[in-house]
Amino acid sequence: MSVLSTPAEAPKAAPVSRRTRSSGAQRRAVALFIAPFAILFLAFYAIPIVYAVVQSLLTVEREGTFGRPRQVFGGFVQYEQVFQNTAFWESVGRVLLFGVVQVPIMLGLALLFALLLDSPLLKGKKFFRLAFFAPYAVPGVIAAIMWGFLYSPSLSPFGAVTSNVDLLGGNLVLWAIANIVTWVYVGYNMLIIYSSLLAIPTEIYEAARLDGASNIQIAWRIKIPLVIPAIILTAVFSIIGTLQLLAEPQTLRSFSSAINSTFTPNLAVYTTASVPNYNLAAAFSVVLALATFILSFVFLKSTQRKVTQ
Amino acid sequence: MLIMGVFTLYFLTPIWWLLTTSTKTGGEITSTAPLWFTGNSAGTFFANLGRLFSYGDGLFGRWLLNSALYAGVGALIGTIIAAMCGYALAKYEFRGREAIFNIVLSGVLVPATALALPLFLIFSRVDLTNTMWAVFLPSLVSPFGVYLARIYAAASVPNELLEAARLDGSGEIRTFFTVSTRLMAPALVTIFLFQFVAIWNNFFLPLIMLRDQVLFPVTLGLYAWNSQISQIPELRSLVIVGALVSILPLIIAFLALQRFWSSGLGAGGVK
Repeated sequence: MSVLSTPAEAPKAAPVSRRTRSSGAQRRAVALFIAPFAILFLAFYAIPIVYAVVQSLLTVEREGTFGRPRQVFGGFVQYEQVFQNTAFWESVGRVLLFGVVQVPIMLGLALLFALLLDSPLLKGKKFFRLAFFAPYAVPGVIAAIMWGFLYSPSLSPFGAVTSNVDLLGGNLVLWAIANIVTWVYVGYNMLIIYSSLLAIPTEIYEAARLDGASNIQIAWRIKIPLVIPAIILTAVFSIIGTLQLLAEPQTLRSFSSAINSTFTPNLAVYTTASVPNYNLAAAFSVVLALATFILSFVFLKSTQRKVTQ
Repeated sequence: MLIMGVFTLYFLTPIWWLLTTSTKTGGEITSTAPLWFTGNSAGTFFANLGRLFSYGDGLFGRWLLNSALYAGVGALIGTIIAAMCGYALAKYEFRGREAIFNIVLSGVLVPATALALPLFLIFSRVDLTNTMWAVFLPSLVSPFGVYLARIYAAASVPNELLEAARLDGSGEIRTFFTVSTRLMAPALVTIFLFQFVAIWNNFFLPLIMLRDQVLFPVTLGLYAWNSQISQIPELRSLVIVGALVSILPLIIAFLALQRFWSSGLGAGGVK
């Protein structure tokens, strides 16, 4: 069982029946079906990526101090700057640390809630499902504004805590953001895992129960192994999301002075682009996109092998 | 049960706080009990609403409209486009099918935020930054939608039915719009919701593209107000009421369409 199913294991496509209709008509239909997406994908995915790579290979040169700026091919000049830019790598380290801590906690909670929702002992499932999922309807910016008020000492309903512990200070602000992200996404991940739990045929549980398995044993030995593909899917999306953190820290900057302009990689991209230094910002973007792609791809491949073994 | 109860508090308290606080005047926010209403809650709430929609020549209403346009129309068109492509990938055999699908899959792994700056560079090239198109057009593309559509089409549209439609002389395109989309309906609602949320929540793209406040989606608008609170303190209560108003459409959409997404959501993960 794989998460992102590869074409090879896809169900067979409708056989082309020559007797009923010429395959030319079908080919035209396929072209019509695919063309709109293909054109938009090219224009707003592929070409921008290529263009960013090109931009990242250019550098601005001036003739004299006040001369007109001119873009010339600079080879890997921008990338040298990327690799020497400690602020950027600190931000990468920060989101990696964030991901190593926050993603397992969030997915662990999501799995726990999904199992509880699936357990026959729990009452009021519908209510819990909605209550836990509700924060997903809150956009990152709004969630950050809300929690920003809740964290700040003067406004918070939890003044006893927030006036003694500086949640928005340099030591804790990263985890204050982690809490916001967890709050928003636990319910969403819970639902994905829960719906794959629902897909398990109940006969399996009955058989296990006849063999004397307890609820906890069933959860641990049957349910969790069977929902691993769903967990992998949520993990990949969480990894991607973590590396791209922007809205929450950027919004919290008006509550906390501990978040600087290069707190996360995407903030560094934004800051560099506002300078404006588009060539360097493009190089940052390319490195970040590549890193995200490789990390999620490697994660997918390595977990897929383990699952099939 | 106890665990679920405790976490219900965790998930709902911030939203409850938002609700109670939006019924207070600026001064009452700090001076009254934080998680409960005041004597004159309803009156203050409507007064706040009135100020929210009249501030800056009705800027907030404009932002809501913009968001509805970007996310509503964008997700609608995006869903149709993704559905057609995913359907073709699932139901026809043709050369380059695997290649196209693999490109779509790698598109899923390239997040939208990583594209914001490259898109900005392209749009500034053709002088389209700071226009609605700059946010609307890129939002139409959803590789994840195509991926989901392909899975759903493979699972819910039987080949025999397509053959039968062909024997009846129905064209491929007509079959898709009259027969197949109906079979894929719950899936299409799920794709629509996913894309709606993604566009509604997208922050980086509008942040980097738009300068003119009139074009902002509601999230960017509230962000802008929020960062001005230290200079204009009266904005604080507007930000709080505005935040409440801005999350209502999504909550209503999720409640109204619950029947569809709760069945459709799993398929992407199970496959």
